[in-house]
Amino acid sequence: MRVTRRGLLTGAMAALTLSAGSAMAEDTIKIGEINHYKRMAAFAGPYKLGIELALEEVNTAGGVLGKPLEFIFRDDQGKPGEAVKIAEELMTREGTVMLTGTILSNIGLAISSLAAEKGYVYLASEPLADSIVWEKGNEYTFRLRASTYMQAAMLAEEASKTDAKTFATIAPNYAYGKDAVAAFKKALTALKPDVEFVTEQWPALFKIDAGAEVQAIERAKPDAIYNVTFGGDLAKFVREGTTRGLFDGRQVYGLLTGEPEYLDPLKDEAPEGWTVTGYPWYDFSEGGSNKAFVDAYITEYGERPGIGSLVGYMTVQSIAAAITRAGATDADSLIAGFKGLDVETPVGKIHFREQDHQATMGAFVGTTTVKDGVGVMEDWLYKDGADYLPSDEEVAKLRPSK
Amino acid sequence: MGLFIAQLLTGLANAAALFLVASGLSLIFGVTRIVNFAHGSFYMLGAFIGYSLMQVLPGAVGFWSSILLAGLAVGFIGVIVELLVLRPVYKAPELFQLVATFGVILVIQDLALMIWGAEDVLGPRAPGLKGVIRIMDEPVPKFDLALIAITPFVLFALWYLISKTRVGVLVRAATQDREMVGALGVNQSWLFTGVFFLGAALAGLGGAIQLPKGGADLLMDFNILASIFVVVVIGGMGSLPGAYIAAVLISVLNVFGVAYIPQSTLVLMFVVMAVVLTVRPYGLLGREEVAGEHGQVGEPEQPIKPAGRSARILVLVFLIALACLPFVAEPFFTILATDVIVFCLFAASLHFILGLGGLVSFGHAAYFGGGAYVAALLVNYADAPMELAFLMAPIGAGLLAAIIGWLCLRLSGVYFAMLTLALAQLVWSLVFQWDEFTGGDDGLVDIWPPDYLSDTTVYFYFTMVVGIGGIILLRHMAHTPFGYALRASRDSVRQAEATGIHTKRIQWLAFSVAGALAGLAGALFVFSKGSVFPVELEIAKSFDGLIVVFLGGVKTLSGGVVGAAALTLVQDYITRFEYWRLALGLLIIVVVIIAPKGIVGSFRALFENRLGSAGDKPTGGTQ
Repeated sequence: MRVTRRGLLTGAMAALTLSAGSAMAEDTIKIGEINHYKRMAAFAGPYKLGIELALEEVNTAGGVLGKPLEFIFRDDQGKPGEAVKIAEELMTREGTVMLTGTILSNIGLAISSLAAEKGYVYLASEPLADSIVWEKGNEYTFRLRASTYMQAAMLAEEASKTDAKTFATIAPNYAYGKDAVAAFKKALTALKPDVEFVTEQWPALFKIDAGAEVQAIERAKPDAIYNVTFGGDLAKFVREGTTRGLFDGRQVYGLLTGEPEYLDPLKDEAPEGWTVTGYPWYDFSEGGSNKAFVDAYITEYGERPGIGSLVGYMTVQSIAAAITRAGATDADSLIAGFKGLDVETPVGKIHFREQDHQATMGAFVGTTTVKDGVGVMEDWLYKDGADYLPSDEEVAKLRPSK
Repeated sequence: MGLFIAQLLTGLANAAALFLVASGLSLIFGVTRIVNFAHGSFYMLGAFIGYSLMQVLPGAVGFWSSILLAGLAVGFIGVIVELLVLRPVYKAPELFQLVATFGVILVIQDLALMIWGAEDVLGPRAPGLKGVIRIMDEPVPKFDLALIAITPFVLFALWYLISKTRVGVLVRAATQDREMVGALGVNQSWLFTGVFFLGAALAGLGGAIQLPKGGADLLMDFNILASIFVVVVIGGMGSLPGAYIAAVLISVLNVFGVAYIPQSTLVLMFVVMAVVLTVRPYGLLGREEVAGEHGQVGEPEQPIKPAGRSARILVLVFLIALACLPFVAEPFFTILATDVIVFCLFAASLHFILGLGGLVSFGHAAYFGGGAYVAALLVNYADAPMELAFLMAPIGAGLLAAIIGWLCLRLSGVYFAMLTLALAQLVWSLVFQWDEFTGGDDGLVDIWPPDYLSDTTVYFYFTMVVGIGGIILLRHMAHTPFGYALRASRDSVRQAEATGIHTKRIQWLAFSVAGALAGLAGALFVFSKGSVFPVELEIAKSFDGLIVVFLGGVKTLSGGVVGAAALTLVQDYITRFEYWRLALGLLIIVVVIIAPKGIVGSFRALFENRLGSAGDKPTGGTQ
């Protein structure tokens, strides 16, 4: 018994000294990036490449505050508890000046709560949940990407232009799906009070029973369908729906459906004629900033960018701009740096709002079609996020008082 | 009427893949008694391999032969897994193999990512079966009809194999009494390998045949796991017709659930399972477990004794060293140590019922998460002070455990384990679905301790006192009459009853106590992280607990704690690398093979061997 415990003890001590060895070198400005690199590999991979591309550009141009910018990437296994632990490690041990990252909203919320408690600055780059900047918003958290509400409102605007009266919704049975349906219903009813929602379908996330869902929607005979499913669920839903003729003669609105991460796997079976939000990287005109980003990305990596790549790229741009504007890297300066910050990005100028810390990054809205064996968006339009946010009074009511 | 029939057909078609995969799991369990967690991974491999083959082989012939070849290929992968990973550990304590299969899951996840990449693939459609047939004016996909037709043939072929051939006779004999089969001269190990081949091949077939209805992605291994366990349990472990009936039942009910109660998609399956097991404890067509199969296999356990003087001093020294941590190490290490202690308490509480009580709970996360949620809900809605939340968390979790324990304890062995899993899933889906109250997937945030505890160092000491106090309490209970009665109930119910022990009541009490202490760990967790989400109630969390208890050593008192500490520290280090799942999986497999008694058990055996050879004479002197 004695041997055992002593052996364990020495082992533990050795492990401690080993990992404590990596002292920090103070010649770069470090940013902690936490993501689900394994769990959401299809999305997080392009995101990371986008970050690295932007880092290279920022550092070639001389870095920020005269120092190179460096990102420390960490995998949280998709667990909020892990993410909180890693966030602490990054801030207290690795010497990072602020945090960014996460795709899953729950992990974004966990880090945002930690950020407020410990006084860390957190830029929620990809999570979409509205509550990150509203109900659970706090002084230390900012968000880059167009939220669920904003993107749903864009689709609702399109839906209000048609004469469709009855709608069916299908969304994964978890927070994002519910928010997306609630936001769409609210925005559409405001624009067109006489619409009726005839059925709401809630398949379990990534466990959709597509045949049954299609039959259930068909049974309700809606004029139009609002889709929030994505990933493998979307593929199954589209295939069953097409096979059974669900989409014939119906207008379909798809949240995020046009993002290459979700559209590409469908290949030539991508749905046609859906109105979607997404990222038409293949369709930018020469000379624009969008095209410049896409070209640089393809030259660097030899593969197409996803929406994740764009968000990663803009994350670095936003952080670099905020640090430069702040002139220092302590939390208070960074907050001042982010509030009211304007950043030039591939999609144009975006603005970090002072009232709720939401950036005005918008989304591309267009119609899907199949071209050369892959699904693409056509007749698309970039809609500025600033036009799809509630009024300042409403936002003030949503955010908790300080 | 037309719609009703169309819905029925959809359900039947959905049952096909589910039945194939579940029948493989059922066969493997029936013969080898291995609960194969990696079965979902075989299913995923079948889908990916089938997809790759379909890219190469053209036409209808290519399509169907791809499916068969995918099945064969996965069967051979199953054989490799059996030979390399499982064969060395058949002699280990019952259920220890599930840890090895968990390692296999991790390895396969990263290998699949390396080979097929991160993007989901959409399966090709079946040539010649792309359209629909109108039945009473309702569209029914032709491929659905093909699936409905194929499944009974597979069932019949399996039935023929099992009932009419010599191999089948041996398999059935092994299901009933494998020692006897071995004694009659049948080479058991090849029988096991053969069954593993068949089981894995069925999973691979299931994965490949569902391609036209979906595709392949890296999450499908875990996504199907819960459903196939449910199917196997409802049907009765080891029964193939049972698995078929259960697959059809679940799939058809699900189709009607989707149509008439769309919110039911998360819970329906588990409600059905809980109902079936309450009415028929061994599943629809299952038989009562042969007594002794799930009791104590392998060498008998040594009697436990309180730690000796030197061990106590060492633990004390270790605790003092731990208490000095904030002074000597960087702040992050106190955070890491807090996490380790919380997980150790959770593992110790599971070990209490698993090791001492012999009650294998697959749903222990329900009490950990339950405690965390009780605390978080009190803070969120009642603005309760942390002290009150800390008091209520173990009470709430204990009550939950008492209710679930009362329902489950009428069963034993794997059925008990499965019912705990089903009820834990019910709790999970309740929290997940009821978002007005629990925040659903977005959880409850901003649950922080009051100012005097908010410093990480202070909270670390608080965790040390509460967490290690809980662990010592559990250890102390093992040495009380209650602990003795609990072990007696585990080892022999009849003898224990004969000596006047009310075994069920003892087990029920132990289950509730373990739940309460898991709830305490949950409370420590929520105030250290500031938030709680349904993932803390998930199956994966329960599995984490099981794995560390087995890795540490289920037959040792400190196994749970040592396993939890070891795994948390290793995981913290290893997740910094790109292919950490591969590395962790291999590490788990290696530990399982070289230390089949768990870390503590193997160290003890090593130590006793040395002592035995060196101390022959002194022991001889006492005779």
